[in-house]
Amino acid sequence: MSTPTLELRDLRVAYTVRGIDREVLRGVSLAIQPGEAYGLVGESGCGKSTAAFAAMRYLPRNAKVLSGGIIFEGRDLTSVSDADIRELRRGAISMVYQNPIAALNPTIRVGKQVAETFALLGHDDKAAMERAEEALRKVQIADPKSVMRRYPHQLSGGMAQRVVIAMALATEPRLLVLDEPTTGLDATVEAEVLDLVRGLLKESNTSILFISHNLGVIRTMCDRVGVLYAGALVEEGDTETIIQNPNHPYTVGLMRCIPRGGLHKHLAHLDTIPGSPPPLGSELPGCVFVDRCAIAQDVCRHTPPPLVDLHDGHFSRCHFNEQAINLPRTVGSAPLQRRTTAPGSPDLLTIAHLSKTFRQDDSAITVLSDVSMSLAHGETLGLVGESGSGKTTLAKTLLGIFEPDDGSILTLDGKQLGATIADRTAGEVGAVQIVFQNPDSALNRRHSVTRIVARAVTKLAGKSKSDSIDRAQELLTSMSVDPVLHSSRPVQLSGGLKQRVAIARSFAGNPKLIVCDEPTSALDVSVQANILNLLADLQARENVSYVFISHDLGVVRYLSDRIAVLYLGRIMELGAAEEVFQGPHHPYTEALVSSVPAIDGSPRTRIRLGGEVPSPANPPTGCVLHPRCPRMAGSGVEARCTTEEPALREVSPGHFMRCHLSMDYLRDIQHD
Amino acid sequence: MSEPVSLRAASATERKRIRAERFAQLRRNPAFIVGSLLLGTWVICAIFAELLTPKDPGLVNVLVVNKPPSGDYWFGTDNIGRDVFSRIIAGARPILIMATAATVMATILGSSLGLLTGYLKGRFDVIVMRILDAINALPVIVIALLALAALDGQSETITVLIIGFVFTPIIARTVRAAVLSEAELDYVAAAKLRTEKMPHILFAEILPNVLPPIIVEFTIRLGYAVFAIATLSFLGVGVELGSPNWGSQVAENYSGIFGKIWWSTIFPAGAIATLAIGINLIADSIMEAFEI
Repeated sequence: MSTPTLELRDLRVAYTVRGIDREVLRGVSLAIQPGEAYGLVGESGCGKSTAAFAAMRYLPRNAKVLSGGIIFEGRDLTSVSDADIRELRRGAISMVYQNPIAALNPTIRVGKQVAETFALLGHDDKAAMERAEEALRKVQIADPKSVMRRYPHQLSGGMAQRVVIAMALATEPRLLVLDEPTTGLDATVEAEVLDLVRGLLKESNTSILFISHNLGVIRTMCDRVGVLYAGALVEEGDTETIIQNPNHPYTVGLMRCIPRGGLHKHLAHLDTIPGSPPPLGSELPGCVFVDRCAIAQDVCRHTPPPLVDLHDGHFSRCHFNEQAINLPRTVGSAPLQRRTTAPGSPDLLTIAHLSKTFRQDDSAITVLSDVSMSLAHGETLGLVGESGSGKTTLAKTLLGIFEPDDGSILTLDGKQLGATIADRTAGEVGAVQIVFQNPDSALNRRHSVTRIVARAVTKLAGKSKSDSIDRAQELLTSMSVDPVLHSSRPVQLSGGLKQRVAIARSFAGNPKLIVCDEPTSALDVSVQANILNLLADLQARENVSYVFISHDLGVVRYLSDRIAVLYLGRIMELGAAEEVFQGPHHPYTEALVSSVPAIDGSPRTRIRLGGEVPSPANPPTGCVLHPRCPRMAGSGVEARCTTEEPALREVSPGHFMRCHLSMDYLRDIQHD
Repeated sequence: MSEPVSLRAASATERKRIRAERFAQLRRNPAFIVGSLLLGTWVICAIFAELLTPKDPGLVNVLVVNKPPSGDYWFGTDNIGRDVFSRIIAGARPILIMATAATVMATILGSSLGLLTGYLKGRFDVIVMRILDAINALPVIVIALLALAALDGQSETITVLIIGFVFTPIIARTVRAAVLSEAELDYVAAAKLRTEKMPHILFAEILPNVLPPIIVEFTIRLGYAVFAIATLSFLGVGVELGSPNWGSQVAENYSGIFGKIWWSTIFPAGAIATLAIGINLIADSIMEAFEI
């Protein structure tokens, strides 16, 4: 075997926090060969980013390498001079960060920033600008000249990440470190960025260290993968082997947490990993995973397991790796009772001709346009679409935070709902509640958990103060928030517990409809599985309906009975979850579904949406999708698509689509 | 389904430890220690002035005019034979009371306005902030002089009101900036979604979260108020005539400096300086502890 591009040799890194060394990497060893893409996965706080920064020897000031080596092409970076490190970072090693907007200097035009990279390599100003333009063209930026004149804040997230990638690849590095490069981007943009990086590096001999929490992304990008837990590499092997045949209890648990492959709440609960990762710098004398492992025995507590070579470079750090695949489930797999609503029974919520126009100075921006749909009792409606499609506006309008345009009709249980919160009775306000995306923002950090929930009970259920406190504690306990924690402030709770508190609050006023606005996107997958199970159980018990917004189609599919696909404030497709996902799809839905990096099954053909989401202030004529539509060309109805806006028509019972193309045409073309 | 309590509870005690440590850190900060000693000394003087003054601060004795410091008169005597030491001790009370009253007034008014403008935004915000900008442009001493001259040159109440009034916009601006970002957080939307009225949202939800900048701004303003009051009393307005004010003491005696009679000017000037420095040291160290 040739010399690896990067090798971490038993690397131990600690952060000094208030005078105490806390170990973050506990002896990580890995090697990346030239041209190889190596993925590191794990939940937050496991040391992924520390490993990424260590590869560049770019650690925070309070970090120190306790022992081990960072070997780049045979040189140990822990002992080279600062000048040499700068030299390496200038050419041989590059990095792409998670937040591209923050990675660019907001006060310098894009062109100049990209050109700087070339200027550092010794090109004069003019040559550097020319090289910059060429570099941007390489990352498929259509109009590099105009992009170069812009400032970073004028770029979309996907465009900014392309610029960062252009800069990282400018020097033809031999090692490229990507730290969650697509987290925070829409699935469609994520897929494009990943395609781009793969395409650019296919021919080159560049090695990749790819950090991600998303196994699907790792699968599309990486040859080999290492699973990091509490600063230790617990399993390593070929990506396909790890995903198909994991041999460490943590990896097995992680794979089971992920809602995928058509899993649905009516089929089974998601499995979870009990507990949470050990706090930074804990003493872990035995196996790092022992506290959460269902097959742990005494030996695991005292003796660190060796790295067992299973076969062909598949390693597992587990005393009982051969039993890992039979890890007992922590959650019963019993599916939830499918709720059958009697046909003809009245719907809980009906939305008719709902529009929302924001006025800014003299221009009007229509963010929602003539949305009509209904929601039955105990049903979950999934809302999907790219950023800017109007999902959140629709949610806020339902809640009465935004006032809908005149002519919009909202009814709940047959009664007209007031336009804003002020127009609704306390009972009506309590009946339509929300679980926000980010519990840190949603919970007042100065109030105790009990106070947060009790106040909502007082206001929405009209109870006295002492009754409210009793009810709040009952609610919290039923959400598995231990009574010990009821007087805590939110900051003292983990992300999953905070979200449970937020869910408890949403149940304060006997809700009938709860809007879940990406409630699990800020959480790790094992915690996400817990929250999804909780939401499903609550729905089965309380017969509450959900409007569930998420970027993660696997999550939406797991929880939803029906799906509405939004684009530029219009419903493009609406129907039963299975039908929407199985197809034939609306071309837009097809593009969304195909952009999700799959964890199982063969990789799907990617259906691309050209360009970016147009501004709702100036929507395209005809079908709003037509400038980006992947299926319009060759359909024979292009003229209609570009001039006439299609109506939302029922293509099969309960399945609606806004498209001029016929179902037969779509079925044929999508089966190819 | 539940997450293990032992782990989480451990981290709860951890948080408490961090908080305790933050206060310990504040107490260990040399700036905070020196500041507290200085301010504490003057607060004790203000509270126990009657017990601490060796002589009657108002007693005129023409037999001991301009005597240098001695065992009998520790800080010497002034130009009409009053004991400088006693007058300095007695002078702590009026300046501390007036400065605190003015700053409290500015903090209450300014915080309320800041909460309102930051929360309501829009036209109300624009109008109120422009008015506050206009007030902000007024130099405090000039306005105070004008108002005192027009109304009652010796009124301590008017001095307090004027200083409070002029400091209000500065505090309002600080609080408004904090409220603007705070009001965007979802807990405010959650409060609206349980039919809370505006006063509850402003004072029970948002206010506790913007306290750190308010506390820091209060301390900084207190230092400035001390200066403003000392300056006014130096100019001979805003305080009761003949009362033992540090500024008046400097004003009455500073011509003596040229006759080498330094004590009756330097000691009251030093009193003003140490009080202002003490408050500023505390403000700095609080700011550091809150990481603002």
